[in-house]
Amino acid sequence: MSGTREKYQKVAYYPGCALEGTAHSYNRSTQAVGKALGLDLVEVKNWNCCGAMEVKNVDPKLQTYLSSRVMSIAATEMKMDVVMAPCNGCYHNLKKAEYDLSHDPKSVEVVDRLSKKAGHATYRAGQVETIHALDWIKHGIGEEGLKERLRGTLKGLKVANYYGCMYTRPRHIFPEKDQGPGSESTSKPHYMDDLLAVAGAENVEFPLKTACCGGAHTLSDSDTSTKLVLNIIRAAEASGAEVIATECPTCHSGLEMHQVRAEKKFGQATRVKIVYFTQLLGMALGLSPKQVGIHENISDSLGFFKEKGIA
Amino acid sequence: MPIHEVSLIRPENLQTHEQLVVDGVDVSGHWSTFIQSRAITDYNEAMQDEIAALPGGENVHRCWQCGSCTNSCTVNAINPDFNPRYWIYLIRLGMESEILRDKEIIWQCVSCNKCTYACPRDVVPEGVMKALSHWMELKGHVPKSPSMVFDEVFSEQVFARGKIEEGRVMQRFFKRTGQDLRQPWLIEMVKRMLRHLPVTMLTKLGLATFVAPSTSGWSRARAAIEEYVHEQEHNRRRALGLDGLIEAARRDAGPAAAGEGARS
Repeated sequence: MSGTREKYQKVAYYPGCALEGTAHSYNRSTQAVGKALGLDLVEVKNWNCCGAMEVKNVDPKLQTYLSSRVMSIAATEMKMDVVMAPCNGCYHNLKKAEYDLSHDPKSVEVVDRLSKKAGHATYRAGQVETIHALDWIKHGIGEEGLKERLRGTLKGLKVANYYGCMYTRPRHIFPEKDQGPGSESTSKPHYMDDLLAVAGAENVEFPLKTACCGGAHTLSDSDTSTKLVLNIIRAAEASGAEVIATECPTCHSGLEMHQVRAEKKFGQATRVKIVYFTQLLGMALGLSPKQVGIHENISDSLGFFKEKGIA
Repeated sequence: MPIHEVSLIRPENLQTHEQLVVDGVDVSGHWSTFIQSRAITDYNEAMQDEIAALPGGENVHRCWQCGSCTNSCTVNAINPDFNPRYWIYLIRLGMESEILRDKEIIWQCVSCNKCTYACPRDVVPEGVMKALSHWMELKGHVPKSPSMVFDEVFSEQVFARGKIEEGRVMQRFFKRTGQDLRQPWLIEMVKRMLRHLPVTMLTKLGLATFVAPSTSGWSRARAAIEEYVHEQEHNRRRALGLDGLIEAARRDAGPAAAGEGARS
C-alpha cells in the first residue's frame, strides 16, 4: 500500500463538465480538502467530456474514444500515472474505456483511428490508473492520516452514505474491487462510510447505498426519477439519517432536484439534507461552510450545520 | 419456456356473453368467459440478428432465461410491465408483434446496470434494452423517445465543442420536446439556488449559457467523430435492411439510375 500512497500524492485531476456547472460545490470542496490534506491536484490540460451517460446511447465506442482522449493527455502530455475523477460518470467511463481497450480489439481499432484523425497520441490500456476521489483520500492519506489532520468533528451527525450506480456497476470494469479486506466492495461499498466515521460521523444502516436515482432520465422521464429519489430519501430518513452524503454530481443534483419536485408536484416534503462527502470532510478538517461551498447547494443545510455545531 | 410473471390471459381476449346456450346448455354469465385461442404466424426470424447488429445487443443470443435481470431491475420494481427477461425471450423467438405491445415503455431503462451486474451469462441486458429502443425507432415503430432526444441534444454539444454546459442542454431539450421551461418545480429549485449563491457564481453560470465552454483545438476531433457517426448510422440501417428499399427502387429505375448509384 505504501507505493500506492506515494503515487496518489500528486494526481491528474479530471473534474468533468458537471463540476464546472451545477456541481461546483463538489469541485470547490474536493480541491479544498486536497489542499487541507496536502495532496496535489493537477488539472488535466484541455480536457473534454467523457461522454457521460448519453453518448454511449448514440454510439458506445465514441464514449470509449472521448474517455481515452482524457487519459491520453494525462499520460502523454502530462506524464502522470494516476487520473482522479470525483464524478461517478467520469470515473465509470474512464474505467469502462480502460476495460474495453484491454479486452476488445475493435474498440482499440476505433480509438486508434479517431485519435490519429484528431491529432493526438492514441491511449493504450495501462498507461494511467483511474481512481475516484474516495480512493484518492482513502489510499492517499488513509484513515490514520486523516485522523491526525482533523480540526473539528462530525460527532452526533447521522449520515446515510449514498454511492449510486456507476461507482460499482458493472463489476467487471473495476478489477481492483471485491479483493478482500481493505478493498472496496461492489455490493456493499464502504470507503465513504470509513472516511466519514474517522471524521466522527455516525453512519446509519442504509440499505439503498447503491440504488439508482434515475439520473439517466432526470429530465426525460421525471416522474420515474422522482419516484426513485423519493424512495432513497424516505429510506434514509427511516434509517434515522439527517444527512445523505453523496460522491457523484448526477446523484447529488438528482436528489436535490427531485426532492424539490416531489414536494412541489406531489406534495411529498422531506427534510433530509443532501451534501457531498467532501463538504463534510472539509468541515471536519476545519474549513468553513463557505470554503466547501455549502451555500452553493440547493438543499439548504447551513442553518442545520450551525445548529449541530459543525459549521 | 413459460414466462411466469407475464399473464397470457389478456383482458381483450376475454369474452363475456350475456346469454349463450351451447348444445342446449346455458353457459351465460360467469361461465361464458373464456380465453380466445390464437396462432402466431408472423415471426420475424431475423429479429435476434437485427438486435445483435445494434450496439449493446451483441450478446442477446447468450440468454438462458434465468430472470436475474428482471429480478434486479430498478424500473421493474415500479412498473411490473417493464420486463427485460420477457423482451429478450421475445427477441430470440422473433415475436415482433408481441414486443410492440410494450413499445411505449422499453426506452424507460435507467441504465443502472443492476441487470448487467446480476447476469450470469454476460448478456448485458442494459445494452439489449438500448439496442431494442434503437431498433423500435429505426424501424419506425415509435417516434424518438424523450430519452433519445436528450441523448442526442447532449451528444451534439459534446461532438461540436468537446464539452457540455448543463443549462444549455436543458434549454435545448425542453425546446425540442416542446415543454415549457417555466415549470413550478424548476422555478422553486432556481429560487432555492439563488438564496445563498454569490453574485460571481451566478454571473459565471449565466455567462456559460451564452459563451459555451469548449475544448480548444477540437475541430479535428469533431470532424473525425462526425465521420464515424455517419458511417455507423449507415451500417445500422443496412443491418436492419432499411436501405433495401432504396436499392430496390434504384434497380427498378433502370441502368441509368443504377450507374449513378455506383458512381456516388
